[in-house]
Amino acid sequence: MRRAPSPEVKAPARGRFGQYGGRYVPETLMAALAELERVYDEAVADPRFGEELNDLLRNYVGRPTPVSEVPRLSERVGCRVLLKREDLNHTGAHKINNTIGQVLLARRMGKRRIIAETGAGQHGVATATACARFGLECVVYMGEEDMARQRLNVYRMRVMGATVVPVGSGTRTLKDALNEAMRDWVTNVTHTHYVIGTVAGPDPFPRMVRDFQSVIGREAKSQVLERVGALPTTVVACVGGGSNAMGIFHSFLDDPAVELVGVEAGGEGLATGKHSATLAAGRPGVLHGSLSYVLQDADGQVQPTHSVSAGLDYPGVGPEHSYLRDTGRVKYDNVTDGEALDAFHALARLEGILPALESSHAVAWAMRERRWSARDVVLINLSGRGDKDVAHVAAVTGAEL
Amino acid sequence: MSDRSIAARWKLIRSERRAALIPYLTAGYPSVERTREALRMVVEGGADFVEVGVPFSDPLADGPVIQRSSHAALQQGMNVAGVLELIRETDLAVPVIVFSYLNPIMAYGLERFARDAQTAGVAGLLLTDLPAGEDPSVEQIMRAAGLDLIRLIAPTTEGTRLADAVRGAGGFLYVISRLGVTGTRTQLDEHAAHLVSRVRAVSDLPIALGFGLATGEQARAAARIADGVVVGSALVERLGEGIEPARRLMAELRAGVQGPFDRPKP
Repeated sequence: MRRAPSPEVKAPARGRFGQYGGRYVPETLMAALAELERVYDEAVADPRFGEELNDLLRNYVGRPTPVSEVPRLSERVGCRVLLKREDLNHTGAHKINNTIGQVLLARRMGKRRIIAETGAGQHGVATATACARFGLECVVYMGEEDMARQRLNVYRMRVMGATVVPVGSGTRTLKDALNEAMRDWVTNVTHTHYVIGTVAGPDPFPRMVRDFQSVIGREAKSQVLERVGALPTTVVACVGGGSNAMGIFHSFLDDPAVELVGVEAGGEGLATGKHSATLAAGRPGVLHGSLSYVLQDADGQVQPTHSVSAGLDYPGVGPEHSYLRDTGRVKYDNVTDGEALDAFHALARLEGILPALESSHAVAWAMRERRWSARDVVLINLSGRGDKDVAHVAAVTGAEL
Repeated sequence: MSDRSIAARWKLIRSERRAALIPYLTAGYPSVERTREALRMVVEGGADFVEVGVPFSDPLADGPVIQRSSHAALQQGMNVAGVLELIRETDLAVPVIVFSYLNPIMAYGLERFARDAQTAGVAGLLLTDLPAGEDPSVEQIMRAAGLDLIRLIAPTTEGTRLADAVRGAGGFLYVISRLGVTGTRTQLDEHAAHLVSRVRAVSDLPIALGFGLATGEQARAAARIADGVVVGSALVERLGEGIEPARRLMAELRAGVQGPFDRPKP
């Protein structure tokens, strides 16, 4: 017979990572979150859901993505560097791993209207793509400043039939797009599913998005083991909300020998205040439905952020990252706009790969750190491709297109 | 201690066979001085309770009017300390309820807020993004300081969730008359009456109806089915124009809740 659990051994509450996470939302949304949790649990237990998802990931998204050797970058870094090529996914980034999964869930719930927020536009494009594939209505909220930075992605979404709604409130970037998407959801919750694009927001989004993205780490781990015969020394990924990082870290969390590093956007440098390095300069607070680190002032007002990369320009971070920061399992660092731009150019010149400005932060960190020996292996999650950034990079570097 | 408790006020309202009028205003909008005047004006104008909003940078449950008033109030430097100071110095004759998102209160310090709110004479607290049961420690701290926890009940709050949502609530229940964010709308949602009766079946607390009520006529329609009427965006909008337009709206709303109304015995 099983003994009753002793009272002092408390399992962590569901939907919490240590103290972080939770459902800090208006009451109106509580029923929808409960429904989503139930439908997600059922889907996970249903083999047909897994089969359908895997078939789409393989034959529509183009998974598995390769792990590439990059000899000339390796020479610069001083050890063997491998890139997990999420840039080679359909639509050009890891975001589609999550949107396909969530749109399948929306169908199970019978919700035919999809909304999303987007920063760089990659999540918006990936959501518009999944909606087009299944014939669902798609509305994407995007900050006006981001629309100007990422015009190409705005057009891609519209071509696929999505409505892109400009958000002119607040800082007119990703956080305000999230606010506006939440307002839409509160209003239309009975027939609308909100496809959150990162491991933030109220439970169950952080763990659900992580699960959909964890295909990155599962593939990468076996690919590196096969190619190298050992686990990587270091795994590095950029962190805005943190979905590509959680996706690749998740399979390595129980391998203590593997160093895990998340790279935040240092913008113009932490000292200037113009950055998005939430885990470096924020403190715990409640934003967008969960308790996590937040860049905020002494009064608890969320601070404006800056990054050359729209996808990292966000004052919050997923709650699981906050937990992993506090436990020390993942180390978080940051690089500046300038370092990221240099890495963007370096990877293009050295390897013929144009990284997204977000992913360039991870590359930049490895190029700056250079502390490994020849036997070490650094695995970088190249979360997206840089085609969308070409015009912006040209503009900020004063080049002509 | 003079009885400025929420419960005592409800007793008075019931004895007058009318509904409660509950104005909301954003502290610091359009200015700190104007808020001070507005607080006194709404009490003179017949408010039974006053909801004082703490401005927040990311008001994701609010429509355009409260978004704008919050932004403007933050430009004026309004913060939690300023809100409590306004409440303390105006020393209103009716119970005051602080209406806030959780983060500014967390940043101020939960225990510190509970203590200072009590000292300032605050009677109740409504946290927009802290649904029932999500963080019981926050609620315990506030309750221990004698603050009534006002809970929101939405049209989507059903079944076991409705039972959870009313457990531990105090003062009254704030029933959201429709899905969506705060803001004015032309008609009282037809489902509101049904929602109110569902809530009455599980709780003896008085019920205030809000979200989208803007005119005396709407207040009257709401007062027929609920015990109180909350008016926010419409009043905030008038305050942006000036004290007098807001005073005229208060008079119209006050006539709307006057009754007499017969309602089920609590």
